[in-house]
Amino acid sequence: MTPAAPASSLLVPDARTQARNRAEARFRLYGLAAVSAAILMLAVLMGSILSNGLSAFRQSYITIPVTLDAATLDKAGTRDPSGLRQVSATAYGKLIARNLQAALAAKGIATDGLKPKDIAALLSEDAGARLRNMVLADPGLIGRTIDADLLASGRVDGFLKGRVTEESAAKDSKIKPAQLTLVSAMKGAGMIGLRLNPAFLTAPDASEKRPEAAGLGVAIIGSAYMMIVVLALSLPIGVAAAVYLEEFAPRNRFTDLIEVNISNLAAVPSIVFGILGLAAFINFAHLPRSAPLVGGLVLTLMTLPRIIIPARAALKAVPPSIRDAALGIGASRMQTVLHHVLPLAAPGILTGMIIGLAQALGETAPLLLIGMVAFVRDYPGLPPAGLADPATALPVQIYNWTQRADPAFVERASGAIIVLLVFLMLMNGAAILLRRRFERRW
Amino acid sequence: MNFPRLAVSALALATAASAASAGDQIHVAGSSTVLPFATIAAESFGDNGEFKAPVVEGGGTGSGLKKFCEGAGPDTIDIATASRRIKDEERAACTAAGVADIIEVRIGYDGIVFASDSKGADFALTPADLYRALAAEVVVDGKLTANPAARWSDVNPALPAQDIIAFVPGTKHGTREVFEAKVLEAGCKDSGAEEAIKGLTGGDKDAVRKACTALRTDGKAVDIDGDYTETLARIASEPKAIGVFGLSFYENNTDKLKVATVSGVTPSVETIADGSYPVSRPLFIYVKKAHIGQVPGLKEFAAFFVSDDMAGPEGKMADYGLVPDPKLADQQAVVENETTLK
Repeated sequence: MTPAAPASSLLVPDARTQARNRAEARFRLYGLAAVSAAILMLAVLMGSILSNGLSAFRQSYITIPVTLDAATLDKAGTRDPSGLRQVSATAYGKLIARNLQAALAAKGIATDGLKPKDIAALLSEDAGARLRNMVLADPGLIGRTIDADLLASGRVDGFLKGRVTEESAAKDSKIKPAQLTLVSAMKGAGMIGLRLNPAFLTAPDASEKRPEAAGLGVAIIGSAYMMIVVLALSLPIGVAAAVYLEEFAPRNRFTDLIEVNISNLAAVPSIVFGILGLAAFINFAHLPRSAPLVGGLVLTLMTLPRIIIPARAALKAVPPSIRDAALGIGASRMQTVLHHVLPLAAPGILTGMIIGLAQALGETAPLLLIGMVAFVRDYPGLPPAGLADPATALPVQIYNWTQRADPAFVERASGAIIVLLVFLMLMNGAAILLRRRFERRW
Repeated sequence: MNFPRLAVSALALATAASAASAGDQIHVAGSSTVLPFATIAAESFGDNGEFKAPVVEGGGTGSGLKKFCEGAGPDTIDIATASRRIKDEERAACTAAGVADIIEVRIGYDGIVFASDSKGADFALTPADLYRALAAEVVVDGKLTANPAARWSDVNPALPAQDIIAFVPGTKHGTREVFEAKVLEAGCKDSGAEEAIKGLTGGDKDAVRKACTALRTDGKAVDIDGDYTETLARIASEPKAIGVFGLSFYENNTDKLKVATVSGVTPSVETIADGSYPVSRPLFIYVKKAHIGQVPGLKEFAAFFVSDDMAGPEGKMADYGLVPDPKLADQQAVVENETTLK
């Protein structure tokens, strides 16, 4: 009589083991599903931003020879700068429109059924202003014929990018199908084409009438200025606070209270800091509205707790033996901190600093209240005086553009998101690099 | 380590900057309806480089006038834009803060249009139809009852047999005020409901207005607290809905939207200017007289704002979709003579 085969063995798992194995497989599957869902959402987000926004980095330009006719641009013939300034951008626009018609005639492109106004409408209004700036910078151009790259209007740009079609143009009050036919013909003749658009990063914002000219120049400078202010204020204040609390402060109720409050402040919604900034810096201290200085001050308030907390953690991570050794050979407390503890904690502090700055860079809400959501055409001056000049900021510019009526701003807003993301990735990358390279573990 | 020195210099910098305040550039704030046109004007004004382009902020009429009335110092704004006339209490606040001389300039009109998805049905509305479709309670058999209308054809057989969904501006918008006054109250009167409600409530004027302007809350009239881009996005996802837009926004999106006639009139710059399209409102800018001569280019900018090139019948304002003032010359004279509000 052979014994009955055991109900289970190492090779044949029993029912409970099987159930446990299945549960484990399910558990891993849940995790995998969560990660895939996150990746999928990220992919959808990135996909939609990139597909909408990448085209903002290319722009349609019409290339034609433009005769800078001295009779129109410099009636006095003296090339006197103040006389040249009298000629308005509109006059330059008309000059360009005449040249465009002449260029079309020279290439033998039919413009039947289109009024001169319709042909001029292919060009951006900004083209005249840009040409005027070019001539004012170099009055020697007057009287010569130059090959000019002229910005095309937003609807024409949309047509070359596939956003505007003949079908949509039929219903669109801003462009006619006949104009698009002309654009197709011009494209065939090589007069118009998409090219790289550095102006998207350097030009100031533009109004609804010329979305094609809108750029991020003022916003990037404004954001950079704010980051300078945040860095200049929050690094010393944050590090000093962290060093005092970690190295010098006695442990008592009062320091406990401070500690709890710092943690609480880090969790306060950022809009609250905006309200505080409006009350303290603008209404009370009478600092100017829309200035990167005020934006930087508000963001400093917001960033400080977020810097103090990682800075304290970095200081805490330095082993006490280092302090003991320094004190043991006769260093003062200050020497111990400045010569030994702080350098060892520096990578951790800087990592926290960079991540705090990156958060501040992407912050919109507090800036809404202090007038940074403004239309600013002029670049702010050089710091320090320029810190008080009006400017906008990158996230605010995105917010601003999503509210514009002209559909061309959708592309602009997505392009600006890409720029902001690139800056954030660079900063976070720098933080990771610092941590990898210099952080010491004991 | 020079942390103390750094911190001190940063603070010194902050104080220095506050001394060099922003008084050398024109600051404009106010109505979000006027904002796009104000940016167009600022851009064109700056194009010629004689003065810096003004800084333009939105934020709404009320908030713009509040900032305007904070005082006459160089750190206050120079021009407030408004989609309604300044209120008496705002004038009082202004005067109390030392802003007594205000130049009021009417720059033109804005039309409010009803539009639906361009592929949908045509709508020919009247204020009475809109009132009957959207009011919270209507008079049925002499009694106020919850609005029973489910389809547009229920209110007016000539309208499409399509479910009623309307996106209207939320209460924080200036547009809502106009919508209530020119559409709901007018519709209430035209449909005869006003008389009936008067009889029911005992003739209390405020109660009648409240009953006339209350919107239904069963999901058929949806408040939009965002701007027109949000309304447009909602219509794209619900093609049967009808939305309230500014004329200028509609004119920028004619490929996606189809406009409804109101009382048989198609909204356009012309029909609003001649007064035949009923739903429109005046737009204003308020200029701080004390700042003229102090802020470079302020008077020039105000004059530029109402110049024929900008606000005239062929100007950029009409091009953008706002409606020029037929008596523009009077407004130009107001700026020229710096005529202040009495």
